[in-house]
Amino acid sequence: MRTILINGESHDVDVPDDMPLLWVLRDILGLTGTKYGCGIAQCGACTVHVAGQPARACQLPVSLVGDRPVTTIEAIGQTALGQRVQEAWLEEQVIQCGYCQSGQIMAATALLQTTPAPSDDDIDDAMSGNICRCGTYVRIRAAIHKAASNA
Amino acid sequence: MRKPHQIGPVLNRRAILRAALATGGGLMLSGVIPGLPGARAEAAGAFTPNAFIRIDREGAITFIMRHAEMGQGIYTGVAMLIAEELEVPLDKITLEAAPADTRYVDKAAGEEVTGGSASTRDSWIPLRQAGAAARIMLLRAAAARWSVPVESCVAREGAILHPDSGRSLPYGALAEDAARQTVPDPIPLKDPAQFRLIGTSPQRMDTHAKSNGSALFGMDVRVDGMKIGRIMACPVKGGTLAGFDRDAAMKIPGVIDIITLPDALAVIGAHSWAAISGLRAANPQWNFGRNAGVSSATLLEALKNASAKTGLVAKKTGDVESALASASTRIDAVYELPFLAHAALEPINTTLHIRPDSADVWVGTQVPIRARQEVADATGLPPERITVHNHLIGGGFGRRLDSNSIGQAARLAKQVPYPVKLFWTREEDIRQDQFRPFYYDRITAGLDDKGMIKAWHHRTTGSFVLARWAPEGLQNGLDSDAVEGATETPYAIPAQRNEAVQCEPEGLTTLWWRGVGPTHNVFVVEGMIDELAHAAGNDPLTFRRRHLGPSPRGLKVLDEAAKQSGWGRILPKGHGLGIALHYSFQSWAATILEVRVEENGQIHLVRADTAVDCGPVVFPDAVRAQIQGGLIFGLTMALYNEITFRDGQAEQSNFHDYRMMRLNEAPDIRVHLVSDPTAEIGGIGEVGTVAAAPALANAIFAATGKRLRRIPFVPQMNAPKNPENTGEKGA
Amino acid sequence: MKRRIVFSASALMSLTIGLSSAAQAQQAQPETQQPASGESAQVTRGRALFVAADCAACHLSQDGRALTGGRVFTLPFGSIHAVNITPDRETGIGAYTDKAWLKMLRKGVGLGGKHLYPVMPYTSYTLLSDDDALAIKAYLFTLPAIHAPAPKNSLSFPFNQRWTMIFWNWFNNPNRRMATDTTHSAQWNRGAYLAEALGHCGQCHTPRNFMFGLSSRAYAGAVQVGWTAYNLTSDREHGLGAWSDDDLFSYLSTGHAKGHGPASGPMAEAIEHSLSQLPADDIRAMVVYLRDIPAQPDGPSRNHGQIAENDGPSAGRHVFQQACAGCHMEDGSGRQSDWAALGGSHSLSDPSATNLVSVLREGTSLQTAHGAMTMQKFTSAYTPEELSALSSWMLHHFGGVNASVDPTKFRP
Ligand code: FES
Ligand code: FES
Repeated sequence: MRTILINGESHDVDVPDDMPLLWVLRDILGLTGTKYGCGIAQCGACTVHVAGQPARACQLPVSLVGDRPVTTIEAIGQTALGQRVQEAWLEEQVIQCGYCQSGQIMAATALLQTTPAPSDDDIDDAMSGNICRCGTYVRIRAAIHKAASNA
Repeated sequence: MRKPHQIGPVLNRRAILRAALATGGGLMLSGVIPGLPGARAEAAGAFTPNAFIRIDREGAITFIMRHAEMGQGIYTGVAMLIAEELEVPLDKITLEAAPADTRYVDKAAGEEVTGGSASTRDSWIPLRQAGAAARIMLLRAAAARWSVPVESCVAREGAILHPDSGRSLPYGALAEDAARQTVPDPIPLKDPAQFRLIGTSPQRMDTHAKSNGSALFGMDVRVDGMKIGRIMACPVKGGTLAGFDRDAAMKIPGVIDIITLPDALAVIGAHSWAAISGLRAANPQWNFGRNAGVSSATLLEALKNASAKTGLVAKKTGDVESALASASTRIDAVYELPFLAHAALEPINTTLHIRPDSADVWVGTQVPIRARQEVADATGLPPERITVHNHLIGGGFGRRLDSNSIGQAARLAKQVPYPVKLFWTREEDIRQDQFRPFYYDRITAGLDDKGMIKAWHHRTTGSFVLARWAPEGLQNGLDSDAVEGATETPYAIPAQRNEAVQCEPEGLTTLWWRGVGPTHNVFVVEGMIDELAHAAGNDPLTFRRRHLGPSPRGLKVLDEAAKQSGWGRILPKGHGLGIALHYSFQSWAATILEVRVEENGQIHLVRADTAVDCGPVVFPDAVRAQIQGGLIFGLTMALYNEITFRDGQAEQSNFHDYRMMRLNEAPDIRVHLVSDPTAEIGGIGEVGTVAAAPALANAIFAATGKRLRRIPFVPQMNAPKNPENTGEKGA
Repeated sequence: MKRRIVFSASALMSLTIGLSSAAQAQQAQPETQQPASGESAQVTRGRALFVAADCAACHLSQDGRALTGGRVFTLPFGSIHAVNITPDRETGIGAYTDKAWLKMLRKGVGLGGKHLYPVMPYTSYTLLSDDDALAIKAYLFTLPAIHAPAPKNSLSFPFNQRWTMIFWNWFNNPNRRMATDTTHSAQWNRGAYLAEALGHCGQCHTPRNFMFGLSSRAYAGAVQVGWTAYNLTSDREHGLGAWSDDDLFSYLSTGHAKGHGPASGPMAEAIEHSLSQLPADDIRAMVVYLRDIPAQPDGPSRNHGQIAENDGPSAGRHVFQQACAGCHMEDGSGRQSDWAALGGSHSLSDPSATNLVSVLREGTSLQTAHGAMTMQKFTSAYTPEELSALSSWMLHHFGGVNASVDPTKFRP
């Protein structure tokens, strides 16, 4: 049994040490907003924040989370910045199938946390680890700029 | 020859509607929407509705439809059609994806398909008719209640008003009366000049939930008592399970069960990680069977051999042989398009609860009726005892037009008494995909001494997907998809012959892929047109214009794209512009792509301009989004994608070896809508994908003089030349 | 100069190695290494020695389930396959008598007088005591016999002539047991036995001479099977001189040490199969011994762990952001875990980029207490030009090295 801090709440979970955080979130805690896309840290669909940093939950064993707080897509809207990003996403009509978008929004929020007015290069750097099979990249870029300018 | 703008079926789509009292009161309008589920049964005389509008006593309006939302924005698009005619604000309409009520389950096993960029096209007339019928019935109910002429009443914002007396009643209050009205026939539609929703871009209805993690995809289903299993099938088609280490798997914490099929196994656990780790520990062994020798080389060899023979003639005009013989310039080329995986971001998954007398299935599918039939076949349950709960789909692209994975899951799930979510890992999803066929196209064309196309002979060789999926759809053995985009080109060609040779690849299954026939054939046609332009000493834009013939819509999109892209401007060194013009899914589109190619062969996508005429535009922003996404989808393929086979197995397995375009590679994409509102409505979901590869190949040629006739391009830009497939400038 | 090892034909080194249950409990180990009840003390000891000698690294089958051999050594003159060491009489070691076993481990001469190739590190195992060598055999004989012939080696002439090994052995095989060096502590001696005899560290880390025998420049670093085994001497700039004891301990027992990057490739395997399962005391002993290796200022300089700032967008960085930053992060700190930390990695201050190229070409994996830490290979998705740009960028960004990595290194 270990205790993890998810979206401000602590949860006692009885899971194997090597179980990636992704499956703890989805299968144990029912937080299915964080998606499984590849399992090898190549698509970014599983992006969550661990101590404020974007992390690939599919490659993060729960035993390495420790007492670092985790934020998922379900709670990102509780911060002003997260909400602004979500709104920008809707205003720019970024989303198509939506499967990648939890990860995209988490990655974008992490970017804006450290770089409130990102350049195109900053966006390239921060967002290129997140695959969107529907090809919403043009709008992701626009939405990040919009979220930055709405600050 | 038919004029290009007449290409494609011109169907008389019309709704057949019935009204009834809804359960709990209110109006229930059920309809058969042609092209939607149940449409076949309609032909047989039975009324098997596939769309329902319910207006309850409180005025809540629910539309239940079976089109799957895969990201194309169709929920919003169809809701707009109904809201427009029904005169309600868009946000008053609630969409229900799946028939939660078994009464909505079709009794007939008609086709139920979301695909072929047809959703809006199929709905354009019938759903407006449905909305209009409901509005008229509500108007009549109000007029009767107030004893006033129906012409003196108006419908506005979910209520019927009687301006003369100032009276008004909300729809909810009239719904039951309306249900007793007869359905009008004919059903007059609104004058497009009066549209207040159609042609605008409202906030999409499905995306709020997708922005906060609350949207439920098939993968996200959670049912009480549900366990989770990972499936692995023999990596070689036709092979069988030879053994596995049950003890090792059962030792993994959380593993509950291991169940098998002759060619697959599933390890079931309390959570996905137990299933994944358990399957690894089970270390299944396989008898690979007779396809173990299949490789990319054997598959290509078979296609090559088959392509040497004359195929089924799909089109024949003029005397191609003698026209070719007398041509002053002749180009012989082979174009190759690889096997492709769909690689939708949501891997295949099915959740089932199979009980002795009934079953529930939770899945995102493009074909719910087939899905149900798969489960019926697997379990022996009658279809009407099976409920399919359709879910959001994390990317379809054709993959979820097949339901075999649902049958596989059902054969496994019936072995356990509890509900179980059975999923494929990404690796399984790529290796066990039903692949877009490899196409091997021989094409020969000749120019006359004025540089005009004289003769055109195009023979395509590849799998006929329809032959497996719906063999009754073949026309004298021909799968029209194999030649779609090849027989009817935008160009006036006096002597043309199209042939298709069916050659089914041994050891793998094929399926449609975004853009279907046109994604394949337009690459060949537009590549060849570019080659001919070069041979004729013409600018590719001029050459196309000279050949366009009586195609005002084609000319319009071409000129618009040329204008917007700055065709003819002086480009920096290493840059090139490439054109792709096509008419597919009843839409006209011209794309001009700018690339920059480095000395070492690295390709950079700079910018794309696409001009589109898709007839009436319901949801302009969704059209732009589909073109943008479709182009990126197609460019990803053109640059990188190919599934190769060795020892009967697909060699790619995940995104580290089946590469996806990333944000830092995506070009700027501008979409220019030059739609003709009076033309027939066209599809849009696949139009961008179709344009991608030819525009890119032609742009690379413009930048480097290297002609690419084989997809994907990136490996060839750095690799030694393959004489059969690449022609240097001046060839 | 200090003598590193004292050889003696008669003196026996007595050594007991016990497995710490804590270390083992967390490891997913193949069936063969689960303790069995009621086995003899000799077998228990043999199992521990088998782990310390890292036999599994080469002899474990591809699927990691049995010691039927699997590793292929692709050498400049052909390829050699590790053989089946289960007690199958025909294809394994079932027909070995104790005497034949010792002869094989010491002289490199197998049954029927067949000379082994020295990819089998008998020039190290020769240092094992009789007891230890036979304990390993006793342990292996408790395993289920599996019939599994080794694939044929493919060596070019004259390397396919096994008899030529006779001459090689004259020059390169000491054929002696190891004796206690009384000038050093017991801990040092234990470390020496672990490193020299069992762990056969020198087989990779000591440069080879012209005959492919170990040269006299012990632990100065060498390239083996496409990977650089770095300088382990106490040289500060090239070797381990600047590592703290804790760093070394952490690296050897877990595969990573803060500020030094993770183990990858063959070293990751050595850690997974062997070092991570050794008792802490044994690791400490090895640290003491390694500390004492005379400095050899050879090979690439160590990585000082500085991250380049503002090196701007480039083709290499673009690839890094796409495929690598998800785990490693741009500052190399490792997003998911310490095993993904790149900062300070010797491979990234090595202008030859040997290990970087290999890890991109082959991928790498390390089983840890937190599960497997795996990196995929990237040659199927990215072009040689892109991987070359990536590698050059990484050397500059994480290693402060300006070197351009030849794209041909990434061609098949
Ligand atoms: S699922 Fe974690 S990065 Fe793809
Ligand atoms: S919106 Fe579908 S994968 Fe990104």
